[in-house]
Amino acid sequence: MDSVITLEHVQKRFGTYIAVHEAHFDIGKGEFFSMLGPSGCGKTTTLRMIAGFEQPDSGRILLEGQDVSRVPPYRRNVNTVFQHYALFPHMTVRDNVAFGPRSRKLEEAEVQKRVKELLEVTRLNQFAERKPAQLSGGQQQRVALARALVNYPSALLLDEPLGALDLKLRQAMQIELKRIQREVGITFIYVTHDQEEALTMSDRIAVMNEGRVEQIGTPEEIYHSPSTVFVAGFIGVANLLPARVIGLMDNRAVVTLAGEQRAEATAPGWAAKPGSDATLMVRPERLRLSADGPGVAATLTTAVFQGPVVRCLLATPDGVEVIAHVGSEGPRPDLQPGRSYRLLWDADSARLLPRAKASAPLDLQERTTLDLAGSH
Amino acid sequence: MARGGPVGSRWTGRLLDLYAGLVLLYLFLPIFVIVSYSFNKPAGKFNFVWKSFSLDAWRDPFLYPALVDAMKMSLKVAAVSTSVSVVFGSLIALALCRYTWKGAGPINLLLVLPLTTPEVVLGSSLLSLFLQVNAPTGFWTVVIAHIMFSVSYVALTVKARIRGFDWTLEEAAMDLGAPPFRTVLKVTLPLIAPGIAAAGMLSFALSLDDFIITLFNAGNQVTYPLYVYGARRAAFPPQINVLATTILVGSLILLGITVLWQNRTMKEAMTK
Repeated sequence: MDSVITLEHVQKRFGTYIAVHEAHFDIGKGEFFSMLGPSGCGKTTTLRMIAGFEQPDSGRILLEGQDVSRVPPYRRNVNTVFQHYALFPHMTVRDNVAFGPRSRKLEEAEVQKRVKELLEVTRLNQFAERKPAQLSGGQQQRVALARALVNYPSALLLDEPLGALDLKLRQAMQIELKRIQREVGITFIYVTHDQEEALTMSDRIAVMNEGRVEQIGTPEEIYHSPSTVFVAGFIGVANLLPARVIGLMDNRAVVTLAGEQRAEATAPGWAAKPGSDATLMVRPERLRLSADGPGVAATLTTAVFQGPVVRCLLATPDGVEVIAHVGSEGPRPDLQPGRSYRLLWDADSARLLPRAKASAPLDLQERTTLDLAGSH
Repeated sequence: MARGGPVGSRWTGRLLDLYAGLVLLYLFLPIFVIVSYSFNKPAGKFNFVWKSFSLDAWRDPFLYPALVDAMKMSLKVAAVSTSVSVVFGSLIALALCRYTWKGAGPINLLLVLPLTTPEVVLGSSLLSLFLQVNAPTGFWTVVIAHIMFSVSYVALTVKARIRGFDWTLEEAAMDLGAPPFRTVLKVTLPLIAPGIAAAGMLSFALSLDDFIITLFNAGNQVTYPLYVYGARRAAFPPQINVLATTILVGSLILLGITVLWQNRTMKEAMTK
C-alpha cells in the first residue's frame, strides 16, 4: 500500500497538557481513514497538524514522502472540510469553490473547468450563484466539500463534518460522502466521535483515547478483535468480565472468572504470565442463555423485546452487569426477571484483554442516548 | 406607541409618549435651529434672531474666505487623522480580538484612558509636550492630537463590531492555498470593512467637531469650530449654518449607506 501521509512519533502538547502522544501510523492512497474517539482524545489536534494549523513538538509528518512538519497550510496539498464549514459568507457558491484554484494562481479557464466539475460531482449546479446563507445545512456541507476537493488534494481532511446535521440528513450524507470519495479516489481522513459513522464509512479506523492511538484496524478488526478494554467499550456494546489467567496456549487462554468459573478465550499475542489479572470481553450477541447446566451464573434484571433480539440485562453474583442479545432462533429459556440463568459462549467469540488501568469503560447505554440527543 | 404592560393604564402610556417626545425634542432642537437659521436673512452681522426666510446664504456659501479656509483646514485635519487612526485602531482591534496575549488587558485599559481623561487635561499636557520638544504648533500638532484620541475610538468601535467573527474563515482561506496577505485581503478585510468604515466615520466626525484639544494645539491655525467660536464676537453670518447643515446632511447619507451595508455584510460574517 502506497502511503500518502505518514506520522512518525508525532507529539503535541499545549502547556503541560499532552494532546497527542506518539502518534505513529501510515495512511494509504485512496483510503477512507477515520480517527475515532471521545472529545479531547487528540483526534482533531492530529488532523490540524496534518493540515498545518498546528506544528508537532516532536516527530515528523510526511506528505507523499516529503517532510511537511514545518510547512504552512497554504503550501500543503491537503484540504480541510471544517466542522462548521467556514464558507466565505461574502462570496457566492461558485466563488467559494473557485477560491482554492485562484489562490494557487491557476488560469481562469482552468479554474472554471474545475469549479464546473466539482459543482457537478456535488450536485450543486443550480445553486452556483447563491450565497452560503441562502443554502440549507446539507447544501452548505456539499459546498464545503466541493471547495476542499477542487484543488485535487493528496488527502481531504474532514473534521466532524456531519456533526451539525440532523440524524436523517447525516445518514444520507454518509452515503453521499462515500460515493464522492469513490468517485474522486482521494484519500479521506475523517475525524469523528460517532462510532457508527466510523464503522459505516471507513476502510480503517484509528481509535484514540487521551492523546494515544489505542488501535488501528478495519471496522471488523476493531469490532471483533479490540486490543484494549477502551476500544471494546467504545465500539459497540461489550461485556467485560474480570478474569485471572491460569494458562496460555496457541493464542488461547484459560481463565478463571469470579466464582472460580473456568472459561476459554482467544488471546493472540498475549504475553502476560499465568496468574495475572485480565478482562474477558464478549459481545452481547455472542452470549447464550440457558436455565441450568454449565456457564456463568447471572440473575436476569430486565428483558426487553426489541424485534430481532431480546435484550437481556443480567447481573453476576459479584455485581458485574452483563447485556445479552438473545436471538429469536434456537432454544431459549423462559425469560423471567429475578431468576438465575447460565451464560454461555464459544471460546472463539470471547477475547482476553489487558485489565483497564483506571476508569471503567464508558457506559454505552448512556453514550448512545447522548449521541442521539446531540444530533438534534 | 403606548403598549399596555401588565400595570400600564392608558394615562401612563400617554405620559410615557409625552416624555419620549420631550427627550427627542430636547436632543434635536439645536440641530433644527442650526438648519433653519441657514435660511435666515439676519438684520445685522449676527445670525442669532429670526427675521425672514431667504436662500441668500445657500446661493453664496463661500462668501467669507476665512470661513472657507477654516472649513478646509478642518476637513484636511479630519481626513489625515482619520486615515492614520483607522489603520492603527483597526490593527489594535484585530490584535485584541484575534489573539490572546498578556498585553491585551493593559492595552484595553490604555484605550479607554483618552476617552475618560478631561479634554482640557489632554489638550494642555499635549501642548506642554510639544513645547518641550520645540515642535511648532499648527496643522501637524492638531493632526497628532486628533490621532491620539481617534485611535481609541476606532479601536473600540472595530473591536465591538468584529466580536464573534468566525476566525476559522482565515484558516479555511490558508488551507485552500491563500498566503496570509491574500487571506487578509480577500477574506478578513471584506468582512470587517463595514465595521472599519463605521469607525472611520466616527473618527472623522469627532475630529471635525473637536474644540478644546484643538484650541490648545492649533497655534495660529484656525479650524471650523475655532472660527465659529471666534465669530460670535465679530460677525456670525448664516454661511456658518449652511456649511454645518451640508456636513450634517452629508454624514446622514453616509451613515444611512453604512448601516444598510453593515446589516448585509456583518450578519453574514458572524458564526451560525
